[in-house]
Amino acid sequence: MRVGDSLSSLLRGDGLLRVGAQPVRARAAQGMRRWASGVASLDAALAGGLAYGRVHEFYAGEGADAPAAAGFALALLTAMAGGADGCSALWLRSRRAVRQAGVVQANGWAELGGRPENCLFSMIADAKDLFKAAVDGVRSGALGAVVVETQGSLPELDLTASRRLALAAEKSGTTLFLLRSGAEPVPSAAETRWQVAAAPSRALPANAPGAPVFAIELLRQRSGPSGLSWQLEWNRDRRIFTEAASGDLVSVPRRRSPAAAGAGPMRLRQRAA
Amino acid sequence: MALADARVRVPGLIAVEADVAADRHWLDLLARSCTRFSPYVVPCLPDAITIDITGCEHLFGGEVALVEAVAGHVEQRGMTARLACSGTAEAALALARHARLPVMDEGKAIRGLPVAALGLDEEATLGLVRAGLKSVGAVAARPSAALAARFGIEAVRALERLLGEEHCPGTPLRHQAPLRFERRFAEPVAHERAVAAAFAELLADGAQMLEERGLGGRRFRLTLDRSDGAKRRLEIETGAPTRDVALVLRLFDERIASLADPLDPGFGYDRFVLHIPLAEPLAATQAALDGAERAGGRLAELVDRLSTRLGPGSIRRLVPNDSHIPEQAQLALPAIHCPAPMRWPAPRVGEPPLRPLFLFDPPQPVEVLAEVPDGPPHRFRWKRKLHEVRLYEGPERIASEWWRKKGGEQSGKGGLTRDYYRVEDARGRRYWIFRHGLYEEKAQPKWYLHGLFA
Repeated sequence: MRVGDSLSSLLRGDGLLRVGAQPVRARAAQGMRRWASGVASLDAALAGGLAYGRVHEFYAGEGADAPAAAGFALALLTAMAGGADGCSALWLRSRRAVRQAGVVQANGWAELGGRPENCLFSMIADAKDLFKAAVDGVRSGALGAVVVETQGSLPELDLTASRRLALAAEKSGTTLFLLRSGAEPVPSAAETRWQVAAAPSRALPANAPGAPVFAIELLRQRSGPSGLSWQLEWNRDRRIFTEAASGDLVSVPRRRSPAAAGAGPMRLRQRAA
Repeated sequence: MALADARVRVPGLIAVEADVAADRHWLDLLARSCTRFSPYVVPCLPDAITIDITGCEHLFGGEVALVEAVAGHVEQRGMTARLACSGTAEAALALARHARLPVMDEGKAIRGLPVAALGLDEEATLGLVRAGLKSVGAVAARPSAALAARFGIEAVRALERLLGEEHCPGTPLRHQAPLRFERRFAEPVAHERAVAAAFAELLADGAQMLEERGLGGRRFRLTLDRSDGAKRRLEIETGAPTRDVALVLRLFDERIASLADPLDPGFGYDRFVLHIPLAEPLAATQAALDGAERAGGRLAELVDRLSTRLGPGSIRRLVPNDSHIPEQAQLALPAIHCPAPMRWPAPRVGEPPLRPLFLFDPPQPVEVLAEVPDGPPHRFRWKRKLHEVRLYEGPERIASEWWRKKGGEQSGKGGLTRDYYRVEDARGRRYWIFRHGLYEEKAQPKWYLHGLFA
């Protein structure tokens, strides 16, 4: 084999990339539990639905969208737990996240359909401790889901840390929701990466704000298309998402945020394909 | 005598309600302190203690000296006691309760006791008295068959016990040795593996003792004595009682790993002491066939582990608090102390979320343009950004807790009322804003942003 051949094969990704990617795919293929949202286009894009026992990242569009990102993740968590009463969760927050968004209100979570009594909360100042606790939580197998909420860019959350979380989640079947606001997407081992922003809700009678609506964009996923966006309304009583009717919504021009523009790994993958 | 009668007779009478539980507790404490006279002490509710002094009197210089010592001991604790010493516990109790002390001839005194000393129910006692049997001796003179036919076998038993004809063992207080385990070394131990092995043995001893007593430890304290006299104390706490050696070892490992000042064995350790100051009943568990119980156990284990590493208050559960002031509606309790979750009320069907997911404490001041006096906000400025209100709902009026304030029932002194508005801006972000004070309460009420909806 000539040098040029091997190099080009390397660049095409069928030499090196496959070594890393194949086992993951093979593992993923066998019996990955997925949650179907009921929104056809979303399920189609996700090849059947959001996977359990994986890491899902949620980036807030802007700092002020952090509550929307948290709300979307919690709604997902509630929906993915299904009717099960006992889906317990661990919610870890960094100190900066608490300072920015405020204290979690259990009744506010109950208003989203969640079961806050089954949740453990913790604020951890040190990022290393935070991820260590997250790994412990995921690995214990006692929890249905772990939510990690951080603010700002975190050098501690590098590819190694992210892979450790992903492997632990895969092994135990606990889903990890990583909420990030005020941060640029970095390469990670997450299954999917979303950008979430608040969207205008459907007004109730007397001009009252209605059920929460989220504008979500699929920035990246491990295997499948990305760059798609939806507007989803969360129906708390039925615990399902429905596509928000765009007719009576006010359309707001949205600046394409740097988070969406700089999705490095996604572009790499497209070129490779 | 009724209390009213007593008050008439003694005008300055101080009446205190009887506290049975406290009396019982005090009697228990007193009984425990009496173990200095004999190892066999039985508290007899409601008001007596029997001490079996067989073989103990010579330590105090004879029976009389022993009785005097007991009297002094009780007097020192501010009690007055009637003491009686007799061949059987029952007889001594009856003498102390019913005889006119001091007594010279024990047998005669017992026979001279009133029938009430038999401790029968009131009907039987009255029946005996009506039959002309006024003393224990008179009852004893009767054939027991007739007594059993009329008053039941219990009466005969009571009589036999009082006369010392039947043995009646009591349940003595048992002295529980504290859960303290110690390992001393002939040579100082410094090597990590030796230390770990010794500690594991110590824990195994502790676990065995806990199992024998049907207990599980909640708090474990390890004291390490270094050969140069320095002491190091490590403590861990668990959410549920446990006697799982591996688990406790793991928690100690976490504790040691999280120490700001790491353990330094120096020239080695002389002695390890394991103390279990807090233990709770723990029945032996049987593993479920399908392993269903494991999840709960694993969750408790996780809580213990994180609490040990990050501090006991770091992992919390949110518990409802009985208050309608939003920032006081929940308590964040350490999960290690409240393992059983309390249900949060489910929201009403068909309503949008009425309470925010995040709350600022303290609320953040905002500049608001709103109609006076009761209008909703039209636009507000928060963190130097202007938000146009597109949708709103409100006001939801939340009054202050005036009943907690001194003089709060007077108008204007109970604190400011808050008018809450649920608003959504043009971008779809939802906020919880309130005006602090009504216009009749305050000339220029301030506005605050209190919470963020999802």
